[in-house]
Amino acid sequence: MRRAFELLKVQLKASVMLAVQYRLDFVLDLVIGLFWTIAAVLPLFVVYGGSSSAQGVPGWTFGETLLVVGCFITLQAVIDGAISPSLSSVLDHVRKGTLDFVLLKPHDAQLLVSTARFQLWRAAGLVHAGIVFTLGFRELGHGPSVLGVAEALLLLLVATALLYSLWLLIVSVSFYAVKVDNLSSLFTSIFDAARWPASVFRGAFRIVFTFVIPLVVMTTLPAEALLGRLPWTSLVASIVGAAVFAVVARSVWLLSLRRYTSAGG
Amino acid sequence: MSLRAIPTLLKVGFAEAAAYRTEMVVWVLSTTMPLVMMLLWTSIADVAPVQGQLGASWSSATFISYFLCVFIVRQLVAAWAAWEINFEVRQGTLALRLLRPLNPIIAFATSNLAYLPLRGLVTLPVAIFLVATHRDALSHDWRAWVLLPFTIFGAWLINFLVNVCVGALSFTLDSSLRVMDLWFAFFFVFSGYLVPLDFFPPWLRDIAAWLPFRYVLALPVELMTGRLAFDEALRLVGAQVAYVSGLGALAALLWTRGVQRFQAFGG
Repeated sequence: MRRAFELLKVQLKASVMLAVQYRLDFVLDLVIGLFWTIAAVLPLFVVYGGSSSAQGVPGWTFGETLLVVGCFITLQAVIDGAISPSLSSVLDHVRKGTLDFVLLKPHDAQLLVSTARFQLWRAAGLVHAGIVFTLGFRELGHGPSVLGVAEALLLLLVATALLYSLWLLIVSVSFYAVKVDNLSSLFTSIFDAARWPASVFRGAFRIVFTFVIPLVVMTTLPAEALLGRLPWTSLVASIVGAAVFAVVARSVWLLSLRRYTSAGG
Repeated sequence: MSLRAIPTLLKVGFAEAAAYRTEMVVWVLSTTMPLVMMLLWTSIADVAPVQGQLGASWSSATFISYFLCVFIVRQLVAAWAAWEINFEVRQGTLALRLLRPLNPIIAFATSNLAYLPLRGLVTLPVAIFLVATHRDALSHDWRAWVLLPFTIFGAWLINFLVNVCVGALSFTLDSSLRVMDLWFAFFFVFSGYLVPLDFFPPWLRDIAAWLPFRYVLALPVELMTGRLAFDEALRLVGAQVAYVSGLGALAALLWTRGVQRFQAFGG
């Protein structure tokens, strides 16, 4: 366990040094991210705007929906900063056959590949999420309770674990279908569906996005926690669900790793 | 000389598209945004139809046909030369292209166009579903359907030329792909990709009419869904042609300037 933390520290240090070299990236991420945030929020202004006759998302007011978008932008920053960069690099390793060098190292391969690269400036997204949260709570006219914030943070951690497990499953697929190097973009675009409250998903979508790809758990539940209307059962169920997801992902990873044949080129 | 090479280049490009078909299917599948927006809008329109700024009423079916058309058009007008040029400039492999007796831009364009048949094939199920279930929500004017292929080609040209411009910036800028990112953010807002332009307040719609994004997506989509009067459509096609020529001149300028700076470093 201590060695794992040591390793994490070393890997993080490498990423920090890289990030410090490209300081301008922080400003670029901040500015470009602002445009993306506007693009994410704009449809809601239209949907809830006074000029259109739309009633809004069923069961969700403007302020409440903004909280969901805030959770979405937060998790997107986590994906772009901590999950996707490593994903892209391990997919590259598998395709080129250079995963050998990782496997030879005297440490758990999963830990090594998943901490390989962090893009720290993507944390700029948290600033944008903060703006959206502020807008949302101003619209609602009251702040969140302490318990609500604690629950929401816990759920965002659960969401990160879920996203990481999904990521590990995608990497495992790459051992079987090597040529697919754009899987990471598929991953992010599926996550795009998480930006609206769960009530927009109906029928089969509802089931898929709750149990198969648990997008509902990732953004709607934290928003409900912030609003103080999250049932305890949902909280417990999502923690248990995430734990099961993680165990499954780990076993699939170990199974797929055996398929790795190294022949690159 | 170079024109004679085009059929061969198209054939090579098609073979490439066929070889990387799984990758292409994944790209098509990752265009989830129109479907995500469709979920949002239909959940709203199911409660009560939404009134557009121009007085049209949007039911759930209208939204479904609109966003399925968006999905189809988006597939057909996709261009990715900016990434290719960026990669080749950084790796220095552009040198090989410059040695050939053929303008690299033409080579990029043909390899891009060669993907069209297969991309069309992948979107065909969506098109069939659309015609089978929402025929009423599509345009009944045959002239619109005659005009459609031209607007789609025009839209692709704008996309491709912007890609070349941004790609040419990589001769001078380290992170020209960030410029592409910015283009996409504006595209999402002003092209009708997220919100049909019908819902924009008049002043914002006027701005959108002056920006290029409307001609990359909304124009063909609105032709398909019968949202445009034919005269209006012709006027917009005129603007599209103007954008294509303007961007063509800009791309040519940036490219020739950029290539002079190219030193084939890297490796």
